[in-house]
Amino acid sequence: MSHDPQNEVSPRTVEQVYKPMNRRTFLKGAAASMIGVAGLMAALKPLLELESGAVTLDDLLQKHYRELTREDLQRIIISLAQKEQREYGVYPNLRDVKPLDGVEFGYALNLTRCIGCRKCANACLKENNQSREDAKDLEMSYIRVLELNKGAINLETSDPYYDPALVPQEGKYYMPVQCHQCRQSPCTKVCPVQATWQEQDGLVVVDYNWCIGCRYCMAACPYDARRFNYKKPTVAKDQINPNQSYLSNRIRPKGVVEKCTFCLHRTREGKYPACQEVCPTGARVFGNLLDPNSEISYVLNNKRVYILKEDVGTQPRFYYFFDK
Amino acid sequence: MRDYVTFLFRAWRLSFQGSARYYAWMSVLTLISLLGLHAWARQFVDGLQTTGMTNQVSWGAYIANFTFLVGVAAAAVMLVIPAYIYKKEHMHEVVLFGELIAIAVIVMCLLFVTVDLGHPERFHHMIPPFGVFNFPGSILSWDVIVLNGYLMLNLHIAGYLLYCRYHHRQPTRLFYIPFVFLSIVWAVSIHTVTAFLYVGLAGRGYWHHPLVPSRFLASAFVAGPALMIVTFQIIRRTTRYFICDEPIFTLRMIMTVAMIINMFLLGCELFTEFYYPTAHAAAAHYLFFGLHGHAGLVPWIWAAVSLNTLGLAFLMTPVSRHITGLNVACVACFIGIWTEKGMGLIIPGFVPTPLGQVVEYLPTLNETMVCLGIWAFGALLFSWMLHVAIPIMNGSLRAKPDLSAATQ
Repeated sequence: MSHDPQNEVSPRTVEQVYKPMNRRTFLKGAAASMIGVAGLMAALKPLLELESGAVTLDDLLQKHYRELTREDLQRIIISLAQKEQREYGVYPNLRDVKPLDGVEFGYALNLTRCIGCRKCANACLKENNQSREDAKDLEMSYIRVLELNKGAINLETSDPYYDPALVPQEGKYYMPVQCHQCRQSPCTKVCPVQATWQEQDGLVVVDYNWCIGCRYCMAACPYDARRFNYKKPTVAKDQINPNQSYLSNRIRPKGVVEKCTFCLHRTREGKYPACQEVCPTGARVFGNLLDPNSEISYVLNNKRVYILKEDVGTQPRFYYFFDK
Repeated sequence: MRDYVTFLFRAWRLSFQGSARYYAWMSVLTLISLLGLHAWARQFVDGLQTTGMTNQVSWGAYIANFTFLVGVAAAAVMLVIPAYIYKKEHMHEVVLFGELIAIAVIVMCLLFVTVDLGHPERFHHMIPPFGVFNFPGSILSWDVIVLNGYLMLNLHIAGYLLYCRYHHRQPTRLFYIPFVFLSIVWAVSIHTVTAFLYVGLAGRGYWHHPLVPSRFLASAFVAGPALMIVTFQIIRRTTRYFICDEPIFTLRMIMTVAMIINMFLLGCELFTEFYYPTAHAAAAHYLFFGLHGHAGLVPWIWAAVSLNTLGLAFLMTPVSRHITGLNVACVACFIGIWTEKGMGLIIPGFVPTPLGQVVEYLPTLNETMVCLGIWAFGALLFSWMLHVAIPIMNGSLRAKPDLSAATQ
């Protein structure tokens, strides 16, 4: 604090510093306040367009998924299903599918066989109830298929928007990339609210009711595997997949991050992921890493396996391999 | 306690009294803030599709401004260190302004983070015991702690000193000196932690670089003092508070040294990226020369480099011994660093994507309005704090004015 004499002005009475209120100043002040309040209301006017139920007290009070009791979770699931019916016209078979004991999921993709037909990316979009109206919507697909030039694995010269009449093209090969369900997952490490975590079976999931939408996980992901709901998803009634679970493919609210969960609502119930089932060349091998007799264990033990961006240290549960 | 309520009431009344110029300035800032609030309300309803961000470039102008401003807030330490460690008397008359700038700027930082959220109404998920705080794992949690801590420290120091002055009594050293020293360390920590937000991401080659925190601090100690030099001149012209030239020229020296270090580190970075071209240099290539025909940031970064070079040239030569030359240098450095450290740092982190895609980013009008609104709000907050603080600092607002002195 300065006690520089230059800065001392002569002391004044309180009345001199601020003039007492009289009728004139009071009216002026009142008029200014009215203008201020009107301005504030006008500024906030768009909030009137919020859909009813966009922000509810229940939502605000909801706890983190892992702190919910079974009854709480059941109540939330019913209210989510009802909301989906109100907004999208379908009452889904929404449930919480838990991980199985003794299971750790792994995925391997045969780069020799993949022909780049993108059937997997398409099936993924449908299975996971994503918007599919325009090109921007298609960016939401959890699977990006890259077209690479033969002779190297150079992502930088790859093209995810290839569009020839026929695939595969001469001199090219194809590499689908989706969430690698990393053992050392940078995305879960950076989340400030633990809205994303690794489950017991290795799947990295997001609690859409807890995510604050900061997108730090997207910045952390070395595989560009996470998507953000910049808008509210638009899915037509007849396009909705009603087989849904809380941590995977239920229709997401806007403003949260989502990602591939290896279709946990299918795989935890003994089915294959949608992308595996639809693959016409059998390039995709999915299974339990803990089972020594599974096909995935066979691939990892007997094929030439390649790990994408191994240098980043993520230790993925998603592998690429080659025939011969 | 009653005294304190009276004090608050007086401060409140004082806020609405001023010259026509004061009213005009505050009205314009309020108007821009409200326009920004309107744009944000639109974004809250429609979602972040109102911004230019995409799945590929998932952070944009908000986080860019946030990053830059954390540096400006940290730079208040460049007034505190000379004043309290080197006991430079002339710095004591301005150190409070540095703390007030820090308060206003930290509030802006918090606003920039809030508007970036997809679900701002879930902000309490970060605050224990309501939420689940991912500490110490997430650097963002660290950032929440250090930013709010810095805000509290500065509110306490500035508030306590002003209140003592209002009561015309000597502040008790024990009540503020320990906090002043803590704030020095803390200021460095806010910007280091903010740098670690990016450096910690191993998948983003452009950010995963040990020079980033050092460059952050160096550039912050240019941009912050640049803002202060200009602000001090405005204060001494428009208010009844005299600031002599010494603090301004002390800051000039600090700026010069910091800018030399900043430019040196830039040179180190450019050498590493371009001497031997690796795949990691793709982002720098995009930034400086464009990549695969996309060159959106090239004019930005060269504008920044030119402004910074101009600023440095002015600072290092006698030109900036004159106040006009110094002001040119300050404006050039401030805009240059805002450009380089904002968009110039954040966007290349996402371009190309980890899978090699080049998707360019351009803020939308709505997004720009939100940013302008926050800048205007910060200026509004700072102007208001000055308007209340200056009558206290120059002695015209006292709890019990000694009127006998006035009549003599």
